Amino acid sequence: MMNEIKHHLTDALLMAYSAGSLPEGFNLVVATHISMCDECRARMHEFDTVGGAVMDAEAPEGLSDGSFAATLALIAAEPKDAIVAKPAKGDLPAPLQDYVGGNLADVKWRKVGGGVRQAILKTDKSASVRLLHIPAGAQMPDHGHRGTELTLVLQGAFKDETDRFGAGDIEVASEDDHHQPVAEMGQDCICLAATDAPLRFNSWIPRIAQPFLRI
Amino acid sequence: MLTETLTPTKTTTPTAHTALLASKALKQNKTQGDCTHEVNVTPANKPDRMAWVTHLAAIRDNQDQSAFAEVFGYFAPRVKAFLMKSGASPDLAEDVTQEVMATLWRKAHMFDPAKASVSTWIFTIARNRRIDVLRKQRRPEPEDLTWGPEAEPDQEDVLALQQESAQLGEAIAALPDKQRELIVRAYYGELTHSEIADATGLPLGTIKSRIRLALDRLRHQLK
Ligand SMILES: [Zn+2]
Repeated sequence: MMNEIKHHLTDALLMAYSAGSLPEGFNLVVATHISMCDECRARMHEFDTVGGAVMDAEAPEGLSDGSFAATLALIAAEPKDAIVAKPAKGDLPAPLQDYVGGNLADVKWRKVGGGVRQAILKTDKSASVRLLHIPAGAQMPDHGHRGTELTLVLQGAFKDETDRFGAGDIEVASEDDHHQPVAEMGQDCICLAATDAPLRFNSWIPRIAQPFLRI
Repeated sequence: MLTETLTPTKTTTPTAHTALLASKALKQNKTQGDCTHEVNVTPANKPDRMAWVTHLAAIRDNQDQSAFAEVFGYFAPRVKAFLMKSGASPDLAEDVTQEVMATLWRKAHMFDPAKASVSTWIFTIARNRRIDVLRKQRRPEPEDLTWGPEAEPDQEDVLALQQESAQLGEAIAALPDKQRELIVRAYYGELTHSEIADATGLPLGTIKSRIRLALDRLRHQLK
């Protein structure tokens, strides 16, 4: 699977992830893609190196008296990092497992119409992030974009007019993109999707439902 | 939440033990000029990146106080400057810098010189604290990919990565002002991802290829 990923993160997203300026929900999608993609993992390390170089080039800022002693006191006050037992490896990449609080089977799905189910993951409000479960062959939620929307395929695949997105692939869509992706036949498609703007649902979900969907 | 964890260090005088450690660490550097502040532990010459890697190993393996003093002397003032440029007040930047350097001590065993230079690694610690403290956000991190207990990264890989990191730093310094400023502002957190037009002009690729090789080796080993 690792070698089949064709759609990767953009440089801008990776740089913003490295700089720490992305909304939490985007960070989750980026971290999950990187967990599945060594290519972007290597690129992330490269962007971190840029950050290290920026910090390294700073003109030193004087520290207050006692700063070093205070740091040693901090070290003495807290024991060395305990080796924390990692949670057992599940069927979701680690960062996502963390937000779901378990495996795919633990996801608390809610029906949203058209056979589609979703589960909203709790993050801060600067972006919203959800898991989507789309039946094989069904149309992906049609919501028209504002801002940026990231869609990462975890299982199955979806297709639009020009591209196919399989497991590990990420689609980065901006407001100019209008498309009608469809889940591929054969297997239900599970995606992790984040947007930094409230979704504008078209017909398939009544607008009035939005407050209950926490969007 | 930061102030909670940090208040004790401000009000509590260091214990006799830590004071001793501090003076011991400082003594090692006494020769480097008048020590009116302990921050004068700054080495006269900037050690190269491999030297910092050796320092980190000494901290990890021997809890080496003088190695830590040197790392602190060089990096802490830069971390503080970076945090202030990223929007922290001088007091907050000072507090967070101390936390970052304490984290470096505690997590020295996590440092992987095949993936990062010491300045890169310290940057990631500082960035994560900044997200936590200034933005009050959680920071999802990718799944860990670490070397098994019996495997150490290849020393040639380490050396090459450290050199390439230094070269990338030089290349950034040599960029036209306008371009460099944009990159710097991005890392201060001043630009959104859509304002960061694809990072054109950055001389990227070398480190990525290096790390790809290391990751492939690691994947092979994990099989
Ligand atoms: Zn990728």
